Amino acid sequence: MDLGGINPVILIATLMASAVPILMAALGETVVERAGVLNLGVEGMMVIGALGGFVVAVETGSPVLGFFGGAVAGAALSLIFALLTQVFLANQVATGLALTLFGLGVSSLGGQGYNGVKPPPTTQLLPDALADLPVVGPILFGHDWVVYFSILMTAVLWWMLKFTRVGLIIRAVGESHEAAHALGYKVNRIRLACIAFGGAMAGMGGAYVSLARVPQWVDGITAGAGWIALAIVVFASWKPWRVLIGAYLFGGITVLQLNLQVAGSVIPVEYLSMAPYLITILVLVIMSAGRKANGAPAALGQNFHASR
Amino acid sequence: MTRPELLRVEGITKAYPGVVANSDVTFSIGEGEIHALLGENGAGKSTMVKMIYGLIRPDSGAMTLHEAAYQPGKPAEARRLGVAMVFQHFSLFEALNVAENVALGMENPPPMRELAARIRAVSEEYGLPLDPSRMVGDLSAGERQRVEIIRCLLQDPKLLIMDEPTSVLTPQEVEILFRTLRQLSSEGTAILYISHKLEEIKSLCDEATILRRGKVVATCTPRERTAREMAELMVGQALKTPERRTVAKGEVALGVSDLSVESPIAFGTALKGVSFTVAIGEVLGIAGVAGNGQDELLLALSGELKAAADKVRIAGQAVGDLGPTDRRKAGLVAAPEDRYGHAAAPDMSLVENAFLTAGVRKGLTKRGFVDWAGARKFAEEIIAAYDVRTPGPDVAARALSGGNLQKFLMGRELMQGASVIVINQPTWGVDAAAAAQIRQSILDRAGEGAAVVVISQDLDELLEVSDSFAVLNEGRLTKPRSTEGLTMDEIGLMMGGAHGMEVAHHAEA
Amino acid sequence: MLRLEKRPTPSKFWLYATPPVAVILTMIAGGILFAAMGKNPFEVIRTIFWDPVFGEFAFYLRGQLLVKAGPLILIAIGLALGFRAGIWNIGAEGQYIMGAIFGAGVGLAVFPTESRWIFPVMIVAGAFGGWAWAMIPAILKTRFNTNEILVSLMLVYVAETILAKASTGFLKNPEGMGFPGSRNFSSYPAAQNGFLSDTLGLHWGGVAALVTAVLAYILLTRHQAGFQIKLAGQAPRAARFHGVNPARLVVMCMGISGALAGMAGLFEVTGPAGQISIDFNTGYGFTAIIVAFLGRLNPLGIVLAGFLMALTYVGGEMASTNLGLPDAAIQVFQGMLLFFLLAVDVLTNYRFRLWVGGASLGAK
Repeated sequence: MDLGGINPVILIATLMASAVPILMAALGETVVERAGVLNLGVEGMMVIGALGGFVVAVETGSPVLGFFGGAVAGAALSLIFALLTQVFLANQVATGLALTLFGLGVSSLGGQGYNGVKPPPTTQLLPDALADLPVVGPILFGHDWVVYFSILMTAVLWWMLKFTRVGLIIRAVGESHEAAHALGYKVNRIRLACIAFGGAMAGMGGAYVSLARVPQWVDGITAGAGWIALAIVVFASWKPWRVLIGAYLFGGITVLQLNLQVAGSVIPVEYLSMAPYLITILVLVIMSAGRKANGAPAALGQNFHASR
Repeated sequence: MTRPELLRVEGITKAYPGVVANSDVTFSIGEGEIHALLGENGAGKSTMVKMIYGLIRPDSGAMTLHEAAYQPGKPAEARRLGVAMVFQHFSLFEALNVAENVALGMENPPPMRELAARIRAVSEEYGLPLDPSRMVGDLSAGERQRVEIIRCLLQDPKLLIMDEPTSVLTPQEVEILFRTLRQLSSEGTAILYISHKLEEIKSLCDEATILRRGKVVATCTPRERTAREMAELMVGQALKTPERRTVAKGEVALGVSDLSVESPIAFGTALKGVSFTVAIGEVLGIAGVAGNGQDELLLALSGELKAAADKVRIAGQAVGDLGPTDRRKAGLVAAPEDRYGHAAAPDMSLVENAFLTAGVRKGLTKRGFVDWAGARKFAEEIIAAYDVRTPGPDVAARALSGGNLQKFLMGRELMQGASVIVINQPTWGVDAAAAAQIRQSILDRAGEGAAVVVISQDLDELLEVSDSFAVLNEGRLTKPRSTEGLTMDEIGLMMGGAHGMEVAHHAEA
Repeated sequence: MLRLEKRPTPSKFWLYATPPVAVILTMIAGGILFAAMGKNPFEVIRTIFWDPVFGEFAFYLRGQLLVKAGPLILIAIGLALGFRAGIWNIGAEGQYIMGAIFGAGVGLAVFPTESRWIFPVMIVAGAFGGWAWAMIPAILKTRFNTNEILVSLMLVYVAETILAKASTGFLKNPEGMGFPGSRNFSSYPAAQNGFLSDTLGLHWGGVAALVTAVLAYILLTRHQAGFQIKLAGQAPRAARFHGVNPARLVVMCMGISGALAGMAGLFEVTGPAGQISIDFNTGYGFTAIIVAFLGRLNPLGIVLAGFLMALTYVGGEMASTNLGLPDAAIQVFQGMLLFFLLAVDVLTNYRFRLWVGGASLGAK
């Protein structure tokens, strides 16, 4: 079954994998923003995670440890953001930008000497017998463990935010930090934990780029994925399952665009490669238009200082 | 009446840089007692109750609860020991529903479905009807207060603290609240009732502790004292009521006809067909419980919200489609309620804040360039005329106390020689002396021929200053009528009564 | 326990002391970083901060400072106006590229005509290119309430692809023997942005940067528009109450910053860079964000910050050639500078107090 040289089954299977980095990062950012914090440093945390994951995986030979390393690296970088915004009350927008600039610099500094190295492969989780089934095989069973993990995280976060006390407290802090403080919740500590979680998720997403998608180390390897993750959070109205849909749509566009390039489309390569960014803008416009409050947490981007 | 002692506060002192909020405060509350903490704005009532509720810690002094040392480190600890609090500015989350809001205030909330059932049960028992699944942002101020009260009641408190609970209620709703509080008291729950409204305290409270400038000046039984005696204890001086010059009503200066606008505020109230006129020399008082369209009305009059041109007329000129700058040119000035961030930019100096609205009418711009020397002069004039306590015009607005900043902002609008003046909450959070001064200035400006609209939630204030009276209720304005001969009951009915609450209490009675 | 306490009035002292303190802290932290990389930290710091101004090759390097500082200052001033108003244009890099493409495109279109009007027209075209690119997020924001941060940033990636297409396609030098890149402006005098003074490193871009700084300073301190920009950033509701039209402010701030970034791009491509090539842009649009904050969003402060940042570029190159310090280390260094600045900045509006047993001991 081929459509203009593109097999839809392969397309779906590939988009699920290609969406993992932005899905993970966007899920993490969803939690951060639900707690009322706007961390624009996702790109920086992803690229640090990409490097951290790569280095750990190469040095230990274990890709699983690599993903863990990516998460730790992303969380560590996010703690700088947490320190600046939650303790020193620095402007969240400026700090987030600084985090991205810093992360790109650190990763390119730390990545010297890893160019051209091959990481240990992250392989298919389930036996070939399942993955080789027609149609459903590649889509449902042909993935590595991180793809399943990212879907699991979507479900877990949805459940956590909607049904658990922790989720309720996170949402409360994001809606009104004054009211939460008046009830005795430690606003800044809760936010700090959310920021670290967001950092770990972004770091893991970044590690998936360098360990599974590319897989090698290149400077600036995430190429704007962090910014797209931020856009997807808006697209998703801060809801985990919609984040998954947004990430898959975006993954689909990316894969399709690459396939078109390979298939030798009439559209010049350059215009195809700007398509994901243009489509992101288009989606942002559609999602923001004509609505005053599109479900954004009311305290998003505001710092909290308990006076009196 | 001898009741077993529940809470004792002994020699509590709390200081902030520059102010001593509480100094050596001592009082005690018995079980089931309704105890008033009475004092002006800034007398230290809120600081005191925040210490009892564990939000802040005293610098020195001690508290005992049931004769055991009581030092709550955080509100959760206070709640566990049976102390609950209903805040003046609600600690509610608009985008969450009633049950979720209640759950956030509890230590170990039951599962949501069970919690919803308990909310229904308690709300019926105490005559406070509430639907657990409704979004709090969609509730009226009175209903929001019920959420807070029920949140407290679900934890079987021994002591319930209520901070200025009636400021958001209609007179009828106040009666119902008092019935609930008396019922609680008879069941053995003590209530610490914070207020500056003397009549309420006389009718409700068993004992009263009066605070002035952070110190206890008297403890008394309110029923045995006159309101005037308590007022003088509270304020420390005799107050004079504002004088008014009677002016013959002139021509219509401000005309609003069938004005409807959507609210730009999240969970705000749209204005629906608002019509009224104000004549030269007239003060129109607009009452209503918070959240019934007051902010929107101010925005629509100041020009921040635009409508069709003929909906708003200043001296006959259609200005409905003009912005704030053009409306100021046409002679209208406005003073919003929120001082920090709306009426004033907190981080800017008084000079810059003076320029903020006075630039147009005071001619402080020339070809787009700002005349800062002129703005400074105007700021200094306001400071002198309104007795604003500040080191000078260059300090940031946020450095002034609420009352002082309010005087400055009132002065800024009242001293521009405008023909139409619109003020939302002229004396909110201001001490009695300053409030009296502000009301006097409003009356003086009307006497000089300005048309004034005063929007306020303080009925006493409105009855004191206004010639005619109307009520905003869910975005609709009642037909204005003369203030003379108006009774509280009539006002209560204009305010929409008790929003269907009588039913609950009658059913139970 | 240390606790933060809000100051009643912002501290004038810390407003001015913050940047130098941040620079010193960055030097210390950077020194530790360089030491960890096996370099002598004192030597590296001296190479970066001292040698370009006073060292052996200072006669040449001093000129390089203005060459680097010019575009940074020009872009940062535009950004600062927006940041002050709470309008976050972070896509200056894209506007810089588009300005270069538009301006250079006009020049290349009339090649090899000689007229003294060509260069001024190119400047206008460059400013227009940047302005037009910035109008996309501005209009999407005012019409559809779309987040300008994300849109302006996405447009950087789009601009980079257009640049790639320009240097390999529509602006490619027909006599370039198949190599990517446009004609070099050094061989086209009418369209060239040559040095007005070699020793100072002054070209028209430097002139524009310094003039813009003075004009922006006057705008912010004396003009009503400057007041409105500050007001909108500090208290948006008070700004509407004053009479500011938020949409018009967005269009104005985005427009100014876009036009300035576009002009910077044109000056760069016709001067120091010489031609449109796939990577003529060196991230000035992003570094300018640091410059804007380091200069406290104040035009005169930005001039100083621009020179400081230029120093890290010029000195960084020296450290790279002489001491083998990787370029990325400089990027990290610049990032740290912004972090420290943001952290120390808290002292402008807050002070630390030492609390012992619930009582405040008081401290600066």
